[in-house]
Amino acid sequence: MKEYNIRVNGESHIVEVHEDTPLMWVLRDSLGLVGTKYGCGIAQCGACTVHVDGEAMRSCSMPISSVGDKSIVTIEGLSKEGDHPVQQAWDEADVSQCGYCQAGQIMTAVAFLNKNRTPSDDAIEEAMHGNICRCGTYNRVKKAIKIAADKM
Amino acid sequence: MANHTLNRRTFIKVSTAACGGLVIGATWLSSCGQEEKPVDPRGEADGFKEMNAYIKIATNGVVTINAPNPEIGQGVKTALPMLVAEELDMDWDKVIVEQAPLDTDNFFRQVAGGSGSVREAWLPFRKAGASARYLLLAAAAQEWDVPMDDCRTMDGYVYHDGTAQKAHYGELVNTAADIDLPDEVPLKDKANFRLIGTAVKNVDNRKIITGQPLFGLDTKREGMKYAMVVRPPAFGQTLDSYDDSETMSMPGIHKVISFDDKVAVIGDSTWAVKKGRDALQIKWKTNDQLESSEQHTADFKNLINRKSNDPKRKDGQVESAIADADKVLEATYECPFLPHACLEPMNFFAHVKDDHIELNGPVQLPARARTHIADKLEVEEEIIDVHMTRMGGGFGRRLYMDFVEDAAMVSKMTKLPIQVVWTREDDMTAGVYRPAGMYNYKAAIKDDQLMGWHLRSAAINTGNGTRENNFPAGAVPNFQVDYHQLDSDVTIGAWRAPNHNFIAFSEECFLDEVAHELGKDPVDFRLELLASAKDKEDVQVDYDVGRYIGVINRVKQMSGWGLSEKSGVYRGFGAHFSFGTYVAQVAEVAIEDDDIKVKKVYCAVDCGIVVNRSGAETQIEGGIIDGLGHALYGELKIEEGKANITNFDKHRMIRMRECPEVVIDFIDSGFDPQGLGEPGLPPIPAAVGNAIFAATGVRIRKLPFIQHQKELIG
Ligand code: FES
Ligand code: FES
Repeated sequence: MKEYNIRVNGESHIVEVHEDTPLMWVLRDSLGLVGTKYGCGIAQCGACTVHVDGEAMRSCSMPISSVGDKSIVTIEGLSKEGDHPVQQAWDEADVSQCGYCQAGQIMTAVAFLNKNRTPSDDAIEEAMHGNICRCGTYNRVKKAIKIAADKM
Repeated sequence: MANHTLNRRTFIKVSTAACGGLVIGATWLSSCGQEEKPVDPRGEADGFKEMNAYIKIATNGVVTINAPNPEIGQGVKTALPMLVAEELDMDWDKVIVEQAPLDTDNFFRQVAGGSGSVREAWLPFRKAGASARYLLLAAAAQEWDVPMDDCRTMDGYVYHDGTAQKAHYGELVNTAADIDLPDEVPLKDKANFRLIGTAVKNVDNRKIITGQPLFGLDTKREGMKYAMVVRPPAFGQTLDSYDDSETMSMPGIHKVISFDDKVAVIGDSTWAVKKGRDALQIKWKTNDQLESSEQHTADFKNLINRKSNDPKRKDGQVESAIADADKVLEATYECPFLPHACLEPMNFFAHVKDDHIELNGPVQLPARARTHIADKLEVEEEIIDVHMTRMGGGFGRRLYMDFVEDAAMVSKMTKLPIQVVWTREDDMTAGVYRPAGMYNYKAAIKDDQLMGWHLRSAAINTGNGTRENNFPAGAVPNFQVDYHQLDSDVTIGAWRAPNHNFIAFSEECFLDEVAHELGKDPVDFRLELLASAKDKEDVQVDYDVGRYIGVINRVKQMSGWGLSEKSGVYRGFGAHFSFGTYVAQVAEVAIEDDDIKVKKVYCAVDCGIVVNRSGAETQIEGGIIDGLGHALYGELKIEEGKANITNFDKHRMIRMRECPEVVIDFIDSGFDPQGLGEPGLPPIPAAVGNAIFAATGVRIRKLPFIQHQKELIG
């Protein structure tokens, strides 16, 4: 067990965990930030996606020891009022069925839209390829991304 | 006074109604600043024990509607309260929806399964709303001393136009509490619905998109420990012995225990117990020979060739029809196992104390969870409370009690509040799969007519792996369905649209084979068969011929079936009736970059009245995407008793790039609402399989399609 000082959603936290603990479990179990979801643990489903220095990363496959002083943003920290244009678009398009995959979908979409404000269908499909939705909400996810792109 | 400052409530029982009593008037008193515990509206302390509890109306006009059914993503937490709000004439934007716990005294059918929630709730939930509305109207009439018939309601207010009076529901709730409810309360005429039929957003959208705790896996309790449970890796194995010395030396590990051939590791965090379980040294015992999918296939063949003395359905004489035929077509369709792969892996929380048990988590049958755990732990049901969390998918998997049992057993044995977490690997390898099976069809053709249809089938551990009254039953004079169960150590379970999910593929593809043999357009051929079913009054079928024809004609029209084809795009058709709902689909498929690409799906649905248009569309579209994904890629094989896939690296799921455009049309048939969570799924594998045949001339009879990629590309 080791102590780590990590920066999550603009705040510093000290956590004492084993050094190979994936960031996902640190967020969920140590910090209580359960918006980041566990789906596979092997970087295949995207449910655990967070931003690490602005990049969409699979937090299930990122050991705490590799986080260092990088800035982590989770779904809880995406906006203060839950009104990031992508979050609003998700509501407008009424994307969610069960909703379990959606935090990860949103985090991937935000990081993507930050780099590409006028995305083509191809670019959206490419960016979202790592996010599985068992409920099959993909077409609404795509629609929401387009709505958000217009607003950002 | 803002809602959030209200901290004391008293609740008044105001009525019992036709469906068993249901309205609560809640008076939220303005005792700000006093720290008092809120009173449980269903608590015995206030003497309201026996009432049903769908609606709470606060004196400030805030209306809370309870959503009693488990929410797995099928949208009932939104749709069922809509039924109440419609009849209550309440402005939806001002309604608060709350998930109710298991409460069999006050609610009925707290079940997520069989696409039945809206169908079963249609009358009782509306009556709940209508009863409350009646009492509020009567209260207004009494207070204003005007005839009740002259009062009207709208968006949470009662009006009396003649005297220009108006009051919000909260102002009337205390008077309403003393009014008796008549036996029958009128329901709205369907023509006057203002909320039902509109597109209403998922009531949990905000919590979902801001990452609030909502799901079972998000459960936290004071003093809670985490547990992982190791099961025998192969079906047919049992526990021999285990060595936990390394595990017990690891940080964050509390205990290792064993029960029912399982070994559980309990610790402070999910990761600690994950590492602890990986460090266990376990020996498993194998008594019988371990099974394999290969052996199952051989066994299916033997079974279907065995004469059946007890056909599931027998019309006419199929054997003579076959003997007399000009031509007999025969084809065998094969169905693989599928894991459910709910995106939220199985998990559950339990706190077992001597005098009280709390069960909390994602479960489709909360009432069964209570009886099951009462049995298992040999306690009275009365001491068990069950709370349902939102579920990260259900698809039938959460009808089973293995994960509930894990949590209850570990909590009982450790006397701790326990959250059991299954890894994805646990989830995919623990069984309860869509059963594998084999379906052999024979069609007897005489004078260019389909005279006989013989289905011989076998599936794993399933009492009946067929749906013997499906179309074309009723349309073919000599019709027989035989079925045999293959007993196996592999556990199986209901998987979204059980049986329908594969049998629709085999039936609808084989119908296409027959149509091609007869040189008929496959859609016209079905319409012809249905027309002949209409004429036969003496045969019993589950479906309504007119509504079946209705969806087929609608999708024909939507897709321009039979009209000009787009170059390089091939079409296939599939239709199916399940859970009360008729669905017909046309899939457009192209072979692009050596891959099967489903470009577009047209879908006509007759589910009766659509309650929530947004929810209905997403259920049908989700069913199509889900069904397509599993038909394209999904397959679990048993090798030496074990699942050959353990996670999404090997179990390929459909992703955005592979999704077609989906166009859906609901037929306005005016019938009472039927199922939507499942019926969108069954036709799609057939529509795609038939389109692949149109594109390539290759008939795929064994799923998944991806297995056949080489044959298709040539
Ligand atoms: S949980 Fe990290 S990608 Fe699936
Ligand atoms: S909404 Fe259920 S997994 Fe995506």
